[in-house]
Amino acid sequence: MRLLFGSCFTFLIAAVLGLGATWFTLTRGVAFGSLSVGAWTAWPKSGSVDIDPYARASIARSGELPTGMGDGVAFYAHTDDQGSNFDGRCTFTISGMTPAARYWTVTLYDPQGRLVANTIDRHGFTSDEIVRDSDGHFSITVAPLARAGNWLPTGGIELFVLVWRLYDTPIGVATRTTKEGPMPAIARKGC
Amino acid sequence: MIRVLLWILAAVLLGGIVHLSTVLAMPQAAKQDAYSRLVPLTPVNALVQLTAPTTGNAIIPFMDPAFAQAVCRYDLSSGSLKLIAPVSQAYTSVTFYTRKSVAYYAINDRAAGRRKIELDLMTPEQHAEVPEEEDVTAADRLIIESPSTMGLIMLRALAPEPGLMPMARGALAGATCGIQPVQ
Repeated sequence: MRLLFGSCFTFLIAAVLGLGATWFTLTRGVAFGSLSVGAWTAWPKSGSVDIDPYARASIARSGELPTGMGDGVAFYAHTDDQGSNFDGRCTFTISGMTPAARYWTVTLYDPQGRLVANTIDRHGFTSDEIVRDSDGHFSITVAPLARAGNWLPTGGIELFVLVWRLYDTPIGVATRTTKEGPMPAIARKGC
Repeated sequence: MIRVLLWILAAVLLGGIVHLSTVLAMPQAAKQDAYSRLVPLTPVNALVQLTAPTTGNAIIPFMDPAFAQAVCRYDLSSGSLKLIAPVSQAYTSVTFYTRKSVAYYAINDRAAGRRKIELDLMTPEQHAEVPEEEDVTAADRLIIESPSTMGLIMLRALAPEPGLMPMARGALAGATCGIQPVQ
């Protein structure tokens, strides 16, 4: 009787623990070999055959196609530099340096990876179209309402994700220091 | 007390096994991976341009909207594949994925180094059958080995400004992908 009860208890706990851990790691996008610069995180290995089992399971579940290593590298940000969530009802600014790359793009998505509806049909910028000041610096304002300059509309959604993609770049698996890959700073400017 | 602790230890170990096996089984079990999403939209061994992602609707999540994209869903069981893609003015890249969305090879226009990207895709068995002298004479012929018989080729052309999207789409329109006739 005790054996039966014990094994039922064990199996139940094992199932909850095992499936819970799987669900947690796949929804949070846990993967090894990440490269973090400020609020930005990239997984260069996920774009190669060295992709780890967690990233493999995660992309199979979401239906994504990772950026290939010979193509470029994608940095994801879910929070600003202080760690506050990207709330589409707040205003954030992105400014600073970008690592060496032939082209870069920045895109705003909802957490499921879809583009967000807005009045001016803008979902991101490329390195060619962004408006810079006379010394080549740029600043992007991510806000629900129209702003002067580089305005990236959030559509007022609850949570958004920013993806910064560098194409034809030396940034990759061998990159270790933030000096090699200076990523733009993200700051919250109020809600 | 000891007995309860032993049961808990067994539960944790078993839980770990359940966790690892479900993670490893996920790519086989996934019904909504990129390849499955493209099956109803694309023919086999032909290049098709994907419609641009619109708000609230993405064929593949997290696609870069600054790019025009074309996909060739391949099946090498009837022979090797040839991909020819003219290079657009800005930036063009080709990425090869296995049936399970693993990006096993990617090349951009500059690395390809010519006016057009020209690639032969074959299984390791088909590559072994390529006559050796032919391999040498065509030194600039790029041969890629696919780890899986089926998979996806994504061809991407950048539109640096939204107004240049027709140019990027035009560059992709000149690309072809198809099974090579047996020599």
